[in-house]
Amino acid sequence: MNSLLSSGTEDIVDATSTPLLRIENLTKTFGGLAALSSVDLDILPGQIHGLLGENGSGKSTLIKVLAGFYTPDPGARAWLRGEVLELPIAPGYFRQLGISFVHQDLGLVPELSVVENLRLSTIVAGHRPLINWAKERALAAETFARFGLDIDPRETVDRLNNTQRALIAILRAVNDLGDTRGLLVLDEPTVFLPKEDTELLFRVVKELVSDGGMSALLVSHDMTEVLEHTDRVTVLRAGEVQASLATEDVTADQLVQLIVGRKLRPSKTAATAAARGAIAASVDGLSTGQVENFSFDVSQGEIVGITGLAGSGFEDVLAGIYGATPVRAGSLALDGTARAIADATPRTSIASGIVYVPADRKAQGGVAELTVEQNVTLPVLTQFRSWFGLSPAGLHARGTEIAETYDIRPRNTDALFGTLSGGNQQKAVLGKWLQDDPKLILLQEPTQGVDIGARSNIFDMLRSTAAGGVPIVCASSDYDQLAAVCDRVIVLAHGQIHAELTGDDLTHELIAASVIRSLTEVPAETKETLS
Amino acid sequence: MTSATDTVAPAARPVRPARNLWLHTERFALLFAWLIVIIGFSIALPHTFFTVGNLQNVLGSQAVLLVLALGLLFPLTAGEFDLSAASTLSVSSMTVAVLNAKMGVPIIPSIIAALVVGILIGLINGIFVVVFKIDSFIVTLGSATVLLGIVQWMSNSSSVTGVDSALVQATVGYRGILGMPMQFFYGLIATAVILVVLTLTPIGRRLLFVGRGRQVAELSGLNVGRLRIGAFTASGLIASVAGIIYAGSLGGADPSSGQSFLLPAFAACYLGATAIVPGRFNAIGTFIAVFFLFSGVVGLQMLGAQNYVQQLFYGGALIVAVALSQAIRRQSARSKIS
Repeated sequence: MNSLLSSGTEDIVDATSTPLLRIENLTKTFGGLAALSSVDLDILPGQIHGLLGENGSGKSTLIKVLAGFYTPDPGARAWLRGEVLELPIAPGYFRQLGISFVHQDLGLVPELSVVENLRLSTIVAGHRPLINWAKERALAAETFARFGLDIDPRETVDRLNNTQRALIAILRAVNDLGDTRGLLVLDEPTVFLPKEDTELLFRVVKELVSDGGMSALLVSHDMTEVLEHTDRVTVLRAGEVQASLATEDVTADQLVQLIVGRKLRPSKTAATAAARGAIAASVDGLSTGQVENFSFDVSQGEIVGITGLAGSGFEDVLAGIYGATPVRAGSLALDGTARAIADATPRTSIASGIVYVPADRKAQGGVAELTVEQNVTLPVLTQFRSWFGLSPAGLHARGTEIAETYDIRPRNTDALFGTLSGGNQQKAVLGKWLQDDPKLILLQEPTQGVDIGARSNIFDMLRSTAAGGVPIVCASSDYDQLAAVCDRVIVLAHGQIHAELTGDDLTHELIAASVIRSLTEVPAETKETLS
Repeated sequence: MTSATDTVAPAARPVRPARNLWLHTERFALLFAWLIVIIGFSIALPHTFFTVGNLQNVLGSQAVLLVLALGLLFPLTAGEFDLSAASTLSVSSMTVAVLNAKMGVPIIPSIIAALVVGILIGLINGIFVVVFKIDSFIVTLGSATVLLGIVQWMSNSSSVTGVDSALVQATVGYRGILGMPMQFFYGLIATAVILVVLTLTPIGRRLLFVGRGRQVAELSGLNVGRLRIGAFTASGLIASVAGIIYAGSLGGADPSSGQSFLLPAFAACYLGATAIVPGRFNAIGTFIAVFFLFSGVVGLQMLGAQNYVQQLFYGGALIVAVALSQAIRRQSARSKIS
């Protein structure tokens, strides 16, 4: 056992109840790096089992092994309902085993009706030539009535709210289990749901688990939901099981310790933060996507990080400010002039010196089939007019200059953008946007999929750009990156500020701890129902 | 790529001979194919195909198709279809003929009216595609049919003849330069102009981004909607220029024959996209493709093939061209990992 804390209840678990699923010594390495190492896991029948851990702790690798997507390293053993389960599981075979998945994206077809979605697997499998829709509707209505849900089976899914959709996905997964004592895997199904609706959802899951001998494995970032709704909890960190214990025996603080690991000094002395310069840009009352009434400012030369759990809204902030996605309210003051963010478009933002580096390099950052030079000079074409049209020499000189300045390898700017490595693509995208002396830089996950060398290059570029006095905002869920480059990190929860970290608090562990705790201490007025 | 090549001076580009040779072969493959077609038919038909008169016929008769195809390059580069281009051509030629021959309007105002009509058709297509967010394939399929109806209404479904002989002179009548009709030179000029616009102006570069990475274009601050509407408008305007040349070459207008240009024009665009700048719609490639296709058709007809060979040849060429350009895309995608 890898457990740091031993489970106090292990001895009194009824010896006659064999685990629904037992995994022993599960290791999965990718190119020498262990995503999972010697993981042991017991899921008991009739229980909801929580699986907690940070991004990259191995949660999704474990789920993908169960789904037959990954082949574990030799030596792993597993039992399902007391019988030996051959590993690897053949892709798609989990259905026959009685394992069913609900992923974060839910996998519903929005244009189809509720009952069609519930029967999707039947339709896809096509075993029956005819489907009696009247009977299916009646069955669905009966199920909804049993759980007290007010959903019309004939409604199309795109007219349901997020909570109803999640419930449909869960009921469908349970349906697919049939009559077997199955395992329902819930892979972060609640991140976009309002707090009180997750209660409804877990009431349904508990009912399903308690009367069927079924079990549920709940993969989650949200410590609160795990504490409130699970019977047991397993914590993964860096691919290792840190503990597996009865939920009632554990406190929130212990869980944070287990998830984040060592070095968790409560540094109340964040006064070590450097004195801030004059305020360069401030956002007031921003509401966009999951974000509600969010205000913050950035000083000259300051790098501010914005982070949070998935669904907290941290991913929506920058695209909103830039005018790339719809904004409900908010204003931005830059250079002494304030303007409504709702009126902004990428064009007006660029015109006022705001640049945005998107996370998705392939679809949003650059065009793979065009050359590096064409990609990096797109925003500045009008500066290179010659007597008829563009000046090829001027564009080439600029492209080469950017390749030099931002260390894009290869230096050949006629190379297609798509042929560069992720890191060099990102350097090119940074060069594309930083070349024209921006007044505010917005970065979305700036080093996602970037190799270590390019990553530290990019960190240096960002620091030197900021040192020139330019304010930078960086939205990221990469705590190492935030700790490495940011002067200040804002943690969002439910679309609002949960915490602000500066100075000595800017370590991977403390940022992670703050994010993990962010859902436990939410002001009541933010629990608004989304429709 | 080794790190040694990375550290050389930026001006010295890493040269990979094998790849460059392949690239050049690819670039000029269509030109070679055209030469082979010419040489082959010249050997087979030394007295009919290999003659100055036939050369003048081949080069001098394809201006309408060439100009129409060049106009299509704008929507195609922006990632859109304009299936109404041939109908626009018909409307334009009929506008000239009806105004000039039937209603007695002087030729210059008639031509201007036809150009305005072409611009309006393009604008309406573009607005439906962009503002109402409808697939351009559907919008222009519909507008093509509407325009055909308008042509038949304008002409009472019959040919109109008697267009001002000045227009006839200016397109096919006068053959003072190299014995070629003037329309050949219009085709050359159109090719040069569109080459410059697509490759050497910010608009051409932006259209390329709109077509290849719409989200990138939007996030880079381009007015994507206006560029797309502009692409349809350019296609409408240029199709109406083709229609005016058509009216001149016929000395009138015909309510239905313009339709036969649609497929060859697309075939020329796609075939052209396999040459010169492989993988990209381009003016010179389109120019070569038009004449390659027509040389093939003329040669086959001289060998005694029936008229239907034209349909077989153009239709087949479209499919082969699209298959080839897909293969080029895949090939260049593979060479990325080198």
